[in-house]
Amino acid sequence: MRASCHCIAALAAVLCPALMFAGTISGKVTYTGTPVKQKPIDMSKEPSCAQQHPTPITTETIVTGANNTLGNVVVYISAGADDANAPSQTVTFTQKGCQYIPHVIALHTGQELQVSNADQTSHNIHPLAKVNREWNKSQPPGSPAIQEKFDQPEFISVKCNIHPWMHGWFAVLKTNHYSITGDSGGFSLPNLPPGKYTVTAWHEDYGTQTQDVTITGNETKSIDFSFKAKAY
Amino acid sequence: MNGLKPAHLLTATVSFVLTIGISSRAQDAPDVGPHPPMPEVQMESHIGKLTGHSKDAKSDFRRYCAGCHGDLGDGNGENAVWLDPKPRNFTLATFKCRSTLTGTLPTDQDIFNSIGRGFANSNMPIWNTLSNQERADLVAYIKTFSPRWQKEKAGDPIQIPPEPPVTIESISHGKALFTKLECWKCHGPQGKGDGPSAATLTDSQDQPIRPYNFAAGKDDSRFKCGSTNQDIYKIFMTGVDGTPMPSFADTIQPNDAWDLVHFLRTLQVNRHSKENDVLKAAGGKIPLYVEKQAEAPTSQPGNRAAGGGN
Repeated sequence: MRASCHCIAALAAVLCPALMFAGTISGKVTYTGTPVKQKPIDMSKEPSCAQQHPTPITTETIVTGANNTLGNVVVYISAGADDANAPSQTVTFTQKGCQYIPHVIALHTGQELQVSNADQTSHNIHPLAKVNREWNKSQPPGSPAIQEKFDQPEFISVKCNIHPWMHGWFAVLKTNHYSITGDSGGFSLPNLPPGKYTVTAWHEDYGTQTQDVTITGNETKSIDFSFKAKAY
Repeated sequence: MNGLKPAHLLTATVSFVLTIGISSRAQDAPDVGPHPPMPEVQMESHIGKLTGHSKDAKSDFRRYCAGCHGDLGDGNGENAVWLDPKPRNFTLATFKCRSTLTGTLPTDQDIFNSIGRGFANSNMPIWNTLSNQERADLVAYIKTFSPRWQKEKAGDPIQIPPEPPVTIESISHGKALFTKLECWKCHGPQGKGDGPSAATLTDSQDQPIRPYNFAAGKDDSRFKCGSTNQDIYKIFMTGVDGTPMPSFADTIQPNDAWDLVHFLRTLQVNRHSKENDVLKAAGGKIPLYVEKQAEAPTSQPGNRAAGGGN
């Protein structure tokens, strides 16, 4: 049943590529106001990590670029494009220099997540899930990657209790249409069939915003999000 | 029915609209406020030959538990503001003392044991005044607070191989593991709960929490999840969910875990134990552990390295 659906979809994609997955929603995320200054992280309690950062790294709660652009924003289709299936590729999340790389990952419900430790120190990976199962696993240096998945959509705060400055996010979504902004704030959601969509932009500190967009055919719709910086 | 006059129709319509209006307004009420209405779910628990029924625990829960854990089981009872650590929020279905892996639901027996044992260093008393049946019913009642209990089965209890004899070698290897796995980062080099990360620890509700101090006190009464060697084995293998203490099930082999248990017992310096006797007989000093891997290829195939132990 699924195989035949795929065949038809593939056939249609070959015959009329322009009509099939034509639409793209793209744009930029910016902020207004003055964002709180990020603090340098003191890693002196973990020398093996401290020496990896000749210049101390800062917290990554607010990451910005030139012209008030905002990074680490997850922009995704929150309605109109529910994909039932998780993609088969694995999403990776690495602990390196006592820092989560990247700070925010997005993945589909049921998609394989691989957490690895590139450091010479033990970490504990502790996703503070409220909807999904909360778990907490130790990962000493050199141990194999931890494989996990999450069943329910949720923005999960992740921390390492041993190194309290380590903080990241797992954005578990019901869609494969998402984009995480870099410090230039840009995002692009391609391959959207014609339809009505709700686009949500989520930022860990500034909250969420939504916009409705209709894709009618082979077109690129441009939308922008602007968050108000919190003053503390 | 055929002879409905326009006037009747009108009243019918008006009253219909009114009913809708009123009923939709009436439906608003339960959504107001912090708690969604709790559906009436009936759950069972199975502890040995006992079967607990949630419906039979309603009055016991209100009388003995709700003061702290709240009517809705969310840990917001009227006494909760005065308590530290905070009462368990059963709606999250996250439990500290489990025989099952991290992230899974505990067994009914695990919760039953917790009620009977109480929680050391907290306001949760030992409920040995309640009968076994009452406690089994309460276990079932606790399971009504989270939908997870209807969707998921409890995790499988971890396999614990029989405890090997305590030797100075096992203690020495346990100490090497304690160092290598960096247990000391929180628990401190002497297990006094004063490691470099100790001061910053918070639980999953953002409340400050202290790592266990092995050295304090003379006995085991302060262990939260039971005080036998098997209980200590379980704590670090399953992790203490909802707290900074992670699971080591993926990183410690079963026989190595027993060595760690033996070493942890020697951190209880004031407690009389077979581990402390062995340590005393060996001169009171734990020798440095020497990795035995050099001889592995020729001798003892699949012994410790295989780690199965069963």
